[in-house]
Amino acid sequence: MGATGGAPLLETRDLRTHFRRGGWLRPVRWLRAVDGVSLAVAHQETLGLVGESGSGKTTLGRTILRLVEPTGGQIHLGGQEITGLSQAALRPLRRRMQIVFQNPYASLNPRRLVGAIVGQPLAVHHVPGDHARMVGDLLQRVGLPLDAARRYPHEFSGGQRQRIAIARALALRPDLVVADEITSGLDVTVKLRVLALLRELQAEFRVAYLFISHDLAVVRQVADRVAVMYLGQIVEEAPTDALFDRPLHPYTRVLQASVPPPDPAATWRPPVLPGDPPSALSIPPGCRFHPRCPIAEARCRVEPPALRVLGPGHLVACHLAS
Amino acid sequence: MNGKLWTGGTIALLLLLVALAGPALAPHDPNRQDLVSIRQPPLWVGGAWRHPLGTDSLGRDILSRLLWGARVAVVVAVASAIVSALVGIPVALVAGYARGRVDTVLMRVVDVWMSIPAVLLAIALMAVLGLGLWKVVLAIVIVDWTRFARVVRGEVLALREREFVEAARAIGLRPLRVMTQELLPNLVPLIIVLVSLEMAIAVGVEALLSFVGLGVQAATPSWGAMIAEGRGYLMVSWWGMGVPMLALIAAVVGFNLLGEGLRERLDPRLRTTA
Amino acid sequence: MTPLPITAPVLEIRALTVRYGARVATWAVDLTLGPGEVLGLVGESGAGKSTVGRAVVRLLPEPGHVETGAIRFHGRDLLGLSDAEMRRLRGADVALIPQDPLSALNPVFRIGLQATDALRIHRGLSREAADAEMVRLLGHLGIPEPAEVLERYPHELSGGMRQRVLIAMAFSCDPSLVIADEPTTALDVTTQAQILRLLVELQAERRVATLFVTHDLGVVAHLAQRVAVMYAGCLVESAPTRELFRAAAHPYTQGLLTQVLRADVRAEASAALEGLMPILATAPAACPFRERCPKRMAVCDETMPALHEVAPGHAVACHLYGGA
Repeated sequence: MGATGGAPLLETRDLRTHFRRGGWLRPVRWLRAVDGVSLAVAHQETLGLVGESGSGKTTLGRTILRLVEPTGGQIHLGGQEITGLSQAALRPLRRRMQIVFQNPYASLNPRRLVGAIVGQPLAVHHVPGDHARMVGDLLQRVGLPLDAARRYPHEFSGGQRQRIAIARALALRPDLVVADEITSGLDVTVKLRVLALLRELQAEFRVAYLFISHDLAVVRQVADRVAVMYLGQIVEEAPTDALFDRPLHPYTRVLQASVPPPDPAATWRPPVLPGDPPSALSIPPGCRFHPRCPIAEARCRVEPPALRVLGPGHLVACHLAS
Repeated sequence: MNGKLWTGGTIALLLLLVALAGPALAPHDPNRQDLVSIRQPPLWVGGAWRHPLGTDSLGRDILSRLLWGARVAVVVAVASAIVSALVGIPVALVAGYARGRVDTVLMRVVDVWMSIPAVLLAIALMAVLGLGLWKVVLAIVIVDWTRFARVVRGEVLALREREFVEAARAIGLRPLRVMTQELLPNLVPLIIVLVSLEMAIAVGVEALLSFVGLGVQAATPSWGAMIAEGRGYLMVSWWGMGVPMLALIAAVVGFNLLGEGLRERLDPRLRTTA
Repeated sequence: MTPLPITAPVLEIRALTVRYGARVATWAVDLTLGPGEVLGLVGESGAGKSTVGRAVVRLLPEPGHVETGAIRFHGRDLLGLSDAEMRRLRGADVALIPQDPLSALNPVFRIGLQATDALRIHRGLSREAADAEMVRLLGHLGIPEPAEVLERYPHELSGGMRQRVLIAMAFSCDPSLVIADEPTTALDVTTQAQILRLLVELQAERRVATLFVTHDLGVVAHLAQRVAVMYAGCLVESAPTRELFRAAAHPYTQGLLTQVLRADVRAEASAALEGLMPILATAPAACPFRERCPKRMAVCDETMPALHEVAPGHAVACHLYGGA
């Protein structure tokens, strides 16, 4: 599924989200969770956002929805800049972008009926029509029985709760849904069903997904394009097959090689990656990846690389990639 | 239903019934003095059925006074707890949801408020306000609303970070609605427990104030006043002080057990991990 | 201990049935672990694999209890041991690597104090000697500046470092059996790869019998010599690793292998299995997989299939291969 041409649905330009740490009796430090991210999601496209802990991918998702305030840069939704809008001005625009969270146990109010949860967006935005019927339709669409509306979240399994969350996210027919690690912690069978559901709903609801995940295998199944994040920045971005078949950034390569393939006959040599995933509190100078990079050179320690185009739609931030 | 809930619940229910119907059941006018039969012993110490729990030093029937006093105790307990909740919970919601400067300011106010010794404050207030049942309630609320504010705020802070609250914000729910629709329903179990415990405290404070003569008016019987009056004759007629004291202890323990029993029952359900 | 013949198994589990209250967590599970062998125990969440591991070290959370069955360690009955005797074994001959390194370490004590517990208790080493040994071990496991790490608190270390500390603790007293309970599930992808590499190296070096519990087929493919598959508390298949991946016999295992997701190959993976794994409330009367099995037969609804050997070292519990 490709873009329909024209302006992208969602665009961020040099987006930054920094958190203040310390202050009272200790020196102020800045946690640069998102540190200059420029990406675009086209209508009805699925952009996969991959990274490990500390990469900033979750913060990026929340910043785009203005659940966390950006520190700098711009966010454009449907051509309109929404970075500086007040919460009140932003409210009607929230109909166009929604989010599904990782933890299906925590993202649904345990004291409300499922029907009320899924219908809440309709009530908040005073959507005309029969809400009860619309909620029923949504629940059926995600594969849940009609009587689910009269039950409580704790009566459902993790996978089913995720479906409820998806139904809620789609209630307003948004243009964009941010899926933040929605399959983590689910068994493989359930993962696959959720992904299949997402695919069906994308065609029907004409929605774009920003699919955030640390799981490469899942992202490969669901994304049209993939962006890899490391320490607050995008280090590589490409169409899915291109990224996985021909990863150009050393980090992407390490990431891919780190996943043990479920095939005992294949020899798997886990790549050596010294050190630990770094903290966004102390970002190395030059290329952020250089302390752990297997091919780092002198230049990498000093000069941060910019994203360069190295193939059709294939961007890489590395001095040495080609 | 656990043991605490049973015991506490029974005592509380009994107290409520007595408070509602008691005065009608009282065999005598609680204020009627009978100087002929002063300091009569209760039934099991050799007394007569006429005064099953004996009489005090002015010949007033202790049972009747106890029943009327129960009404005072219960009214004060329930009213104080509810009003304290109505004052403290909104503060807790606003502070916990807004966090940052608003929270800091509000909590500093609460801190300062709480640093004033509760009992002294209550006594001082009564001295200023004068006697009367509703003034007692007011004094207790002024002193103790901060308990609700503090405890509930803690829970709000924790709940606020839960993803379902973020989800509500992502939908565009206004802060006030988030507080009432998302946070408040999840606070109900905690509030119920706090109200029960607050009732226990209120009963005790009322008794204390009446004991020192700063509680309800002299004409209204109150357990605290009964204790004060009976204290002088402790050696001669222990029941004058002993009986109301037992009632007081039973009430306080009863409300406490109710609160703890409710907490145990509701707590695991609070953490919904299916 | 007196040297045992090479072929005597380190761990034997026979007909292990564990219940949490009335709920059946494992049902009549049979497993054998030879010296130096790594057995991968796989299954979905709730299949009972962690329960097996915990039952061996007798650390089942309340209200878990072993209802029937036997667990023998070097021929010695573990279930019959007193608490004191079990404590002597735990941490010394039998070690556990738990899943979440953060909650497994006490946040208010420095690493050095906690990590050397086993050495001081079981080997009777002094503080200095234990510290020195732990420094040596941590260095061996690839931790830079191990002496400094001993001085830190758990929250100051990364997830990977913490897991290395737990591994060091587990191996510090030279156990002959290690239970690894999903040790890499809570870690990042790259960190997991490092830890797995470490475990492979340790295994080559020390050849410790390991029961490796995980839900990740990719991990067992490269770490385990044998794989056992659990479903709804029952052991449904066990085979040498290559054999299992190449020629899985049980329909459930086949389903699992079909729907496995890969990062290196673009494939339209779709859910091969319908429905959900049941939770056994009572003793199973028939095959627990029957509702979802594409090869269901009449007999599957009537009796529980028993384990049958279909190839050398390859056992399956399925009526297709002559159960009951």
